Amino acid sequence: MSIKDLAAKIKNKNITPAQLVEEAYTNIQRSEDQINSFITLRPKSDVLEELAKLKPSNSPLYGIPYVLKDAYATKGIQTTTASNILKGFVPTYSATVYKKLQAAGAILIGKCNQDAWGHGGSTENTDFGVTHNPWDISRVAGGSSGGPAAAIAANFCTFAIGEDTGGSIRNPAAWTNTTGLKVTYGRVSRYGAIAYASSFDTVGPMAKTAEDLAYILSTIAGVDPYDATTSPTPIDDYLAHLGNDLAGKTIGVPKELYGDGLDSEIKAAIMSAIEKYKEMGVKIIEISLPISEIGLAAYYLIAPSETSSNLARYDGIRFGQGRGEFTQETIRRIMIGTYALSAGYYDAYYRKAQKVRTLLVRAYEQALAGCDALIMPVNPTMPPQIGELISDPLSNLLADVYTTSINPVGVPSLALPAGFSKSGLPIGMQLVGKKFSESLLLNLGYQYQQVTDWHTRSPKL
Amino acid sequence: MVNSNPVISLSDVQHTAQLANLPIPEDKLPKLQAQLESILQFVKTVQTVDTDNVPETTQVTGLENVWRKDEVEDSRTFTQDEALANASSTHNGFFMVKAVI
Repeated sequence: MSIKDLAAKIKNKNITPAQLVEEAYTNIQRSEDQINSFITLRPKSDVLEELAKLKPSNSPLYGIPYVLKDAYATKGIQTTTASNILKGFVPTYSATVYKKLQAAGAILIGKCNQDAWGHGGSTENTDFGVTHNPWDISRVAGGSSGGPAAAIAANFCTFAIGEDTGGSIRNPAAWTNTTGLKVTYGRVSRYGAIAYASSFDTVGPMAKTAEDLAYILSTIAGVDPYDATTSPTPIDDYLAHLGNDLAGKTIGVPKELYGDGLDSEIKAAIMSAIEKYKEMGVKIIEISLPISEIGLAAYYLIAPSETSSNLARYDGIRFGQGRGEFTQETIRRIMIGTYALSAGYYDAYYRKAQKVRTLLVRAYEQALAGCDALIMPVNPTMPPQIGELISDPLSNLLADVYTTSINPVGVPSLALPAGFSKSGLPIGMQLVGKKFSESLLLNLGYQYQQVTDWHTRSPKL
Repeated sequence: MVNSNPVISLSDVQHTAQLANLPIPEDKLPKLQAQLESILQFVKTVQTVDTDNVPETTQVTGLENVWRKDEVEDSRTFTQDEALANASSTHNGFFMVKAVI
């Protein structure tokens, strides 16, 4: 059920938040053994106790159960970022996004699985067991926010907060038939988010529909004095514009992204979505965006460089365990970053990648100059079998080809369901917009979800 | 495949691990070197791009010099107990570390 409907039912006393919590825990008890979406599931008694103390409010999120990716500091609740380094770490402060949701009356039921530190696209690089895809438990749920995406798909919660540095919200959303928003860099505070690559990291909502995302974003967006990179750009009324007519809008189709390497069923599904948009009066134009591979290469220099610096603080002295606990994937990223930043290699790798970053910014500016949004694939393939990606470090990185180039540029991207393969696996697509165009992206997503029903389908568990 | 002219040698891997303060067992180094080599071979494709007269981008906020008042904010300051709450070893209200010399 949508946040809008739940909020109405709570307000009219047709349903109580306690009933929602009970339902969530019933679903968790039934299927979590197969999915493994949680690292920390709060005891139901704690959650109900918190609920009892909560003053009823008119906030649309009041009494709605949700989960956080385990990348957010939660005072008094274990926070691990799926790494043994932080196993047992109980923060003494809370992330801004968590505080805002607490103030809005949303009910946290647990902290979800991910690739450790955000390092991965399959939630296999975790010290807490792989998360399984609710649509086919022999397959990965995507990553790095795989736990939150699986939890939404399996109806363990109504929404989640993920984190996207190179596709970590969009990739698992696409592979689990859920909807996720990578916001404009600086739109949502990163305070209390465990950093992967600070100049790419974004905090964003995940749920079943674009409409739900609009409710959540309205609550979490905005300037935070604790995060100097948050933007003073005014926050749009995301709900007010959902129903705007799409006639006169233009969507660009970057032709290079639909060539070799893209699964034919994913391509066909997005082409059908493009037809839907045409029927709604959207003008479709073909454009050129010849940057995805070079964008990926630049990403895999800059992000590891930033992560090698960010993760230098984990020394096991003030909190957490020692540096011997990093996984192989994280060791590789720290090593690549340290190498790219080290004397003698800095100019040829790190500085060069930062120049290529400028070219990426320009390429997107140019691509978006003639249209309102771009329509792009999220993943090149269907969700792989568990074990397939993690066994090959380079192909693990290459799986991110359509998502990574967005983050160095800072623009927003909405990932949403676009259909299913013949074998019944979910297919996603992404709509990429200009900076701070979240309102338009949610409008485009909402209108598509009015004329399609992919997002209403749930896996059989 | 043996690459006679690798981007990253075994001793580079050792040196980099030291810079990154990562304890990597000797017997794990060759496999790590091969993996890093394949990643570096891919990412070094950035070097084929013409970036003459292209400035670097280090951040995309467009913001500069974001200041706050130079005042202590209790709302984001730990007490001593809070700061020490997750430390593996403390003594008289301090963090305990291994002797440096």
